[in-house]
Amino acid sequence: MTDRELMWRIAGGSGDGIDSTSQNFAKALMRAGLCVFTHRHYPSRIRGGHTYVEVRADDAPVRSRGNGFNFLLALGDSFARNPQADHDTIYGNEEVKPLAENLDELNEGGIIVYDEGLLDEETLAAAGVDLEARAEENDWHVYPLDLRGLAREHGREVMRNTAGVGATAALLDMDLDHIESLMEDAMSGEILEANLEILETAYESVKADYEFTHDWRAPTGDHDEQQVLMSGSNAIAYGAMDEGCRFISGYPMTPWTDVFTIMSQHLPAVGGVSEQVEDEIAAAALALGASHAGVKAMSGSSGGGFALMSEPLGLAEMTETPLVLVEAMRAGPSTGMPTKPEQSDLEHVLYTSQGDSTRVVFAPANIRESYEQTRTAFQVAYNYQIPVVVVYDQKIQGELRNVDEAFFDREPNPDLGATLTEDEIAEAAHHSSGKFQRFRHDPENGVSPRSIPGQQGGRFLATGNEHSPEGHISESPTNRVAQVNRRLGKLDTIRSELDERDHSHQTTHGPADAEYGIMTWGSQQGTVFEAVDRLREAGHSVKALGVSDLMPYPEAEVTEFVESVEECLVVEMNATAQFRGLTQKELGRFGPRLASLLKYNGEPFEPREVVEGFETSIDGESTLPHESMKFVPAAGD
Amino acid sequence: MSVFSAIDDDREIDQEEFTPGIEPQATWCPGCGDFGVLKALKQAMPDVGRTPDETLLVTGIGCSGKLSSYFESYGFHSIHGRSLPVARAAKLANPGLEVIAAGGDGDGYGIGGNHFMHTARENHDITYIVFNNEIFGLTKGQTSPTSPKGHKSKTQPHGSAKDPVRPLSLSLTSGSSYVARTAAVNPNQAREILAEAIEHDGFAHIDFLTQCPTWNKDAKEYVPYVDVQDSEDYDFDVTDRREAADMMFEAESKLHEGEVLTGRFYVDGDRPSYGAEKRAVGEMPEEPLAERYFDEDAEWERSADLLHHHR
Ligand SMILES: Cc1ncc(C[n+]2csc(CCOP(=O)(O)OP(=O)(O)O)c2C)c(N)n1
Ligand code: SF4
Repeated sequence: MTDRELMWRIAGGSGDGIDSTSQNFAKALMRAGLCVFTHRHYPSRIRGGHTYVEVRADDAPVRSRGNGFNFLLALGDSFARNPQADHDTIYGNEEVKPLAENLDELNEGGIIVYDEGLLDEETLAAAGVDLEARAEENDWHVYPLDLRGLAREHGREVMRNTAGVGATAALLDMDLDHIESLMEDAMSGEILEANLEILETAYESVKADYEFTHDWRAPTGDHDEQQVLMSGSNAIAYGAMDEGCRFISGYPMTPWTDVFTIMSQHLPAVGGVSEQVEDEIAAAALALGASHAGVKAMSGSSGGGFALMSEPLGLAEMTETPLVLVEAMRAGPSTGMPTKPEQSDLEHVLYTSQGDSTRVVFAPANIRESYEQTRTAFQVAYNYQIPVVVVYDQKIQGELRNVDEAFFDREPNPDLGATLTEDEIAEAAHHSSGKFQRFRHDPENGVSPRSIPGQQGGRFLATGNEHSPEGHISESPTNRVAQVNRRLGKLDTIRSELDERDHSHQTTHGPADAEYGIMTWGSQQGTVFEAVDRLREAGHSVKALGVSDLMPYPEAEVTEFVESVEECLVVEMNATAQFRGLTQKELGRFGPRLASLLKYNGEPFEPREVVEGFETSIDGESTLPHESMKFVPAAGD
Repeated sequence: MSVFSAIDDDREIDQEEFTPGIEPQATWCPGCGDFGVLKALKQAMPDVGRTPDETLLVTGIGCSGKLSSYFESYGFHSIHGRSLPVARAAKLANPGLEVIAAGGDGDGYGIGGNHFMHTARENHDITYIVFNNEIFGLTKGQTSPTSPKGHKSKTQPHGSAKDPVRPLSLSLTSGSSYVARTAAVNPNQAREILAEAIEHDGFAHIDFLTQCPTWNKDAKEYVPYVDVQDSEDYDFDVTDRREAADMMFEAESKLHEGEVLTGRFYVDGDRPSYGAEKRAVGEMPEEPLAERYFDEDAEWERSADLLHHHR
């Protein structure tokens, strides 16, 4: 991070094009050679209501949302206006929200552009927003502009977003080139003409009509054509497809829907199949059926839908059918907060379904890991005939980051793993009766290679009941113990293989000999790492560990980390410290060494909150400066 | 050798090939109707010329679900009510497989009712056998969705206040393209109908009346069966939806009055199966998905091909 970084927030009503505008703006910044990162905040509502997207950009790598933001483009909520009545009638003060609701996090010295065509001073005053006083107090630079009027004059009112982008470029002294070229890629004809005109008019008029009171300008970089802008959902979908996944079945549920729709759109073109089915039980059962029949298959959902998948998940464990499931967490319990991120489905994902869990769970921390771990998920699932769950949250799902294009250019992998050809079946170990032993007790690795229906000589029964090596239902105590040991034993082999093949995804950040540690999992990693940088700048001796393999648990790496520090703060987005609980359960110790910093208000951590939490923790205090978080001291303190 | 050579295997087969070499002791009670289904199915397979290795039998849970243990083929004994989604996907993945799904009335019309409705609607090319013994067998005699109104059981000691489901009508309105009813005590008809259903290109649903002498003393084995195709009293066009619907309504009403009508109730040979529809609209490739993984020359596209949107 540098102090020139841009943290631009565009706010308005859902359905007002906030999302697409911010995506295009982020892409333009990427094309201008900057590193970008977006953070989305939206309500569970299709049109209207308050929504915003932050685009953070810098010439140095950016790995999390920032501390607050420094540029607000407040557009007003066009759906708050009553289309039936007089054009200017608004429902309550909803239209004021995009301005009023975002002021608290705007940094000192920040810039505000608001649409005075929608919000005049009177409306603001009526809603109790004293913009002038607050601007003075915080040294904000306010530029009211009639964005709506400008858009209407040169095209259509909905294009006021473009006017806002033009104004941003003018105020920050940015080139319009990249923005224009993006518009040319995305639209054509009259629409393109109108948008370009609005963009340029806004740009020119801001330059001509305003005296800038701020002196801060956007960072600059060198155009790099090798970058692509990607969301976590894209990375998961592409990872699956590169790994040879050609079957997806699902049922819509936010935020999982994103991966599902991306794959549905692309699979037919690459010879695959997507099935939207009646419910999530069916969705997971279909993926199981396709996998059994010899196709790499995936399904997924979010909390409530994943609950329904609990049955087929257990069936995959018992029948040793390879299966990849995706769980996109959102705040729970039950339907919870559909569009808000949380990391509170951890225990659900680890332990749901009856019996002893025989599954692998990965939690990618960023776009790159989303791609890599999805690929690894398929390899593990098919090599070890075990279900693998990739759990991530609404934060990674929606965040856009630039990644080097070459990163995605990996060899496709259609290998079905521990699966025999007909020739191999003919030579495989057979029971004296001539039956193929699908579930042999004593194979290498614990994995008994499988056959696929339609292959000559490989017949077997896959059953959810405990079964003999041939697949027959069996309640024999000896067989039971042998089968359970073999299935569970695969987890140890998987752990060592992940380590050996360098597929292990635990990332450390900071000096090895630091006195204090911060540990986190999944999507909060980037934020924690940024907080560590800030803490170190402030003179603290601290390092961090981001854990992305949850089961089998990376015992050695975590032990080494926790043992190397005096105290360790565990940062996660839930109220019950689920990851800390997992760590203590898996390692059987460290209770007195682990404290927790928790957040569960529907917003991911900001780096400064982790900084504050850490300071609270080492100061021995137990109250945090913010009510939005909770601090749980180490056990025995 | 081809990848799934069993699928191209068209030799003569003997029904005994469908008897497992190391058959576990059958756990069905003496006199159970399930034996009749097993026997008829074994007999039908040679009629349709399918071998054990090219057949996938997916079952649910219940006494009926154990069919896959006593029938030699590729088998998937899944979970209560979920045989259809597993079967559907296997067929989409490898259309060359003969996919048969089977389960009880509790399994298919109760817990799996949603899947039944949607599988029928989509007209997947699979055969679905529902062992209808009007009772929960394996869990020891509770009321099932097909138990008649007034039926007394441990869970409904006052006599069920519910009307039974009408499986044939439900199947027709849901969209099955083949609907028949047969009975375990009617082996010749059962064999014929099974063979026809397996050969049918689309979702073929058979409501298979079975007796459960252990828990359902009202089992239908003692009543006379009427074959609607053979009887002069019933003249209707099996390809006409409306006439089929009327016939089904009559058959379902008469069942509990003690008259059992069996036979084909609806046959639509023209409607393309779901797989064919999906291929026609470009949602699914022509060649079987499963074969690709064994084809060394297959081209595997990579996500890098899609990156232009993201630049
Ligand atoms: C989810 C779930 N619920 C309940 C059961 C218990 N159960 C096993 S078989 C069965 C009823 C089976 O009845 P039916 O489908 O009519 O088959 P039948 O045994 O009569 O052949 C039930 C409720 C189960 N195995 N799984
Ligand atoms: S309980 Fe009924 S259905 Fe089950 S095996 Fe016995 S007779 Fe057959």
